[in-house]
Amino acid sequence: MSWLSPSDIGFAVRSALANIGHAARLFVRLVSLAGASFKRFGLIRDQIHFLGNYSLLIITVSGLFVGFVLGLQGYYTLQRYGSSEALGLLVALSLVRELGPVITALLFAGRAGTALTAEVGIMKRDEVLAYMEMSAIDPIARILAPRFWGGVIAMPILAAVFSAVGILGGYVVGVLMIGIDGGSFWSQMQGGVDVWRDVGNGVIKSVVFGVAVTFIALFQGYEAQPTPEGVARATTRTVVMGSLAVLGLDFMLTAMMFSI
Amino acid sequence: MNTNLPTSAPAPTHAPLIELKDVHFGYGQPVNTGRKILDGVTLSIERGKVTALMGASGGGKTTVLRLIGGQVKAQQGEVLFDNSNIATLDQNGLYAVRRRMGMLFQFGAIFSDLSAFDNVAFPLRELTDLSEPMIRDIVLMKLHAVGLRGARDLMPSELSGGMARRVALARAMALDPELVMYDEPFAGLDPISLGTSGQLIRQLNDALGITSIIVSHDLEETFLIADKVIILANGKIAAQGTPDEVKNSDDPLVHQFVNAKADGPVKFQYPGASIEEDFGSGVKLPVKTGNSK
Repeated sequence: MSWLSPSDIGFAVRSALANIGHAARLFVRLVSLAGASFKRFGLIRDQIHFLGNYSLLIITVSGLFVGFVLGLQGYYTLQRYGSSEALGLLVALSLVRELGPVITALLFAGRAGTALTAEVGIMKRDEVLAYMEMSAIDPIARILAPRFWGGVIAMPILAAVFSAVGILGGYVVGVLMIGIDGGSFWSQMQGGVDVWRDVGNGVIKSVVFGVAVTFIALFQGYEAQPTPEGVARATTRTVVMGSLAVLGLDFMLTAMMFSI
Repeated sequence: MNTNLPTSAPAPTHAPLIELKDVHFGYGQPVNTGRKILDGVTLSIERGKVTALMGASGGGKTTVLRLIGGQVKAQQGEVLFDNSNIATLDQNGLYAVRRRMGMLFQFGAIFSDLSAFDNVAFPLRELTDLSEPMIRDIVLMKLHAVGLRGARDLMPSELSGGMARRVALARAMALDPELVMYDEPFAGLDPISLGTSGQLIRQLNDALGITSIIVSHDLEETFLIADKVIILANGKIAAQGTPDEVKNSDDPLVHQFVNAKADGPVKFQYPGASIEEDFGSGVKLPVKTGNSK
């Protein structure tokens, strides 16, 4: 068998198409289960806690350091043009429009996405999902949908926390360490950041990333081979595909937002 | 939530609860390529009896359970549960039928993040509108029936393999099913748990008037509790009847199975290239075709 044989290529194409079809059907199911899921909000609340709260530490620490670095690098560039008091604006715009949603989504894929994939994959391996199927309890409605909506809700909140902590980090470096005037740091930011164009776009990005990363994680877990290697491979795929999806979507969304 | 749970009183009929008619199943399409698991199997499961499905690993026993539960569909032939064809049901119909079944998976398949109590309560909370005090009473009754009322607060990590399976059994019984399917209920159990499990299956079957199907390798324990034994081999039924009839069968295949011979009609070697093709002609290999036991 050669990798160029028509039958192998045909098989690969058909498998890929089937995979896309499975993913699309699962996505439609999850979206259509929104009403039923929100009726049992307790299940979603538990997932927001599991995915969000436990990601808070890595998100806040990362946000703080990204804010520190933005403060230093921003000051280095701005002081060449004598506009170092615009540091607050630069830090806030960078975080709210771009770094907040993107880095949070990348960290979310690594921290919460892998946890979701492994959890669902091991449930499949332990036949828990098969037990539910056999007991007339739909595993997509009971297990996947609350996790999906929990992730979609947790992601923008985490991105907001990341940006807020990052701005504080920029303040610590810019104002407390370098000595820029605190008043102009805040007032430039207040005057220059638009609620809809800047913050709103950032929120839209983080919601889209939340949908993409959570869905990829759940799909990989649900379709994982029910073996230890299968779950390991699915977890890896979650990080790789989730991160690439975030970066690709980020470019597309940014391009769209600039053109509007 | 569904309040219209089907009543679990057995229908007043002596027709078999489950019938398989000329069922073919294999992995790989079309039907005749790939490995064939079931090759024209016809069998019936009587109401109120303990029926054992036995046979070599990979012989299609678990597949029969999955066909009955509608997890896989027969490529040819019919699977009837109480006269309704499983393959033609839509998801709602299938779920309605599955509410009348309980299944015990090989390793229990209990939720590792829920206590024994919450595991048993799970189907009650998901599928009924019963109040919490009512659920508490039912769960404790079911746990008492499997001897684990005192272990209600233990987490799955604190349970032994045998206890986990008993929790799963209590959970399978929670909604009073008409049919309980046991996938390898004796695998990996110590002698005491094994005896307990066997008696438990028999007692639950008789006390509750349910129908039980056991898939098992364990000859001794299964022959002790089963009313009827069906031996599957090479995708076909090799023998069926009461344990005594099967034990005394002179079919070579059944003889091999009941006497645990390594080679016979069920081959020791997985089919593949011949010895001559792999090693050249004239080579004699010291292959043990086993007279073990």
